[in-house]
Amino acid sequence: MTVQQLIQTMELTPFHLSDPERQVTGGYVGDLLSWVMGRAGQDCAWLTIMSNQNVAAVALMADVACVILTEGVQPDADLLRRAQDKQVNLLGTSLDTYTAACRLGQSLG
Amino acid sequence: METIKLVYPVEGGDLIEAGEASSKMKLTLKKLGLPQDVIRRASICMYEGEINMVIHADGGEAQVEVDSDQITIRMMDSGPGIPDVDQAMQEGYSTADSTARELGFGAGMGLPNMKRYSDEMTIDTVVGTGTTVTVKIKIPQ
Repeated sequence: MTVQQLIQTMELTPFHLSDPERQVTGGYVGDLLSWVMGRAGQDCAWLTIMSNQNVAAVALMADVACVILTEGVQPDADLLRRAQDKQVNLLGTSLDTYTAACRLGQSLG
Repeated sequence: METIKLVYPVEGGDLIEAGEASSKMKLTLKKLGLPQDVIRRASICMYEGEINMVIHADGGEAQVEVDSDQITIRMMDSGPGIPDVDQAMQEGYSTADSTARELGFGAGMGLPNMKRYSDEMTIDTVVGTGTTVTVKIKIPQ
């Protein structure tokens, strides 16, 4: 499934889309950035409530397919700028993290 | 392939802006056409090292050497040094301050992550003088 297809399936808000055709192959949930770096799989969708600009750097290094800010969290201006700079797919949902993770799992089959 | 040497200064004190050196290195490794997994592992090691230098040592310098069969990343700082390396290598152990933790760091995963994603890792540290962490990532032939 592509990031674009995931946006449609989960009705996500695209804050910044740099590579909508990127494949999503899994998911990871976490807010401790070093923990995410150590555990998140390449090409996964990363669900988090962290919204500072380090999120974009971690997404880039861990090579995730997209970041999904859950619980209605909005990216601050610095995160949005950095997502644009680093070409990170940055999405959002008003769903709580548990529900979003369930929907992601259903979407990916 | 001739060895490619890259040097990146790491600014201290600004955790928000941390990651610039790692981002630049990642871009260069991509341009060199290295395998995606190798680039990812090197980038994670470098970023963790960069974060450590910013949190604990007021910055430092990262030297990267790319050979045909491996990438060597040497991260050097003039910080306080690590009194107990075995303790620092334990997942969950951290001496980071509350500011780092509020930003999502300080989970005690930095050095363990570097070990996890490298093929070889050495730590040379002298308390009161500084620390050099060297990681090597092999490039599959």
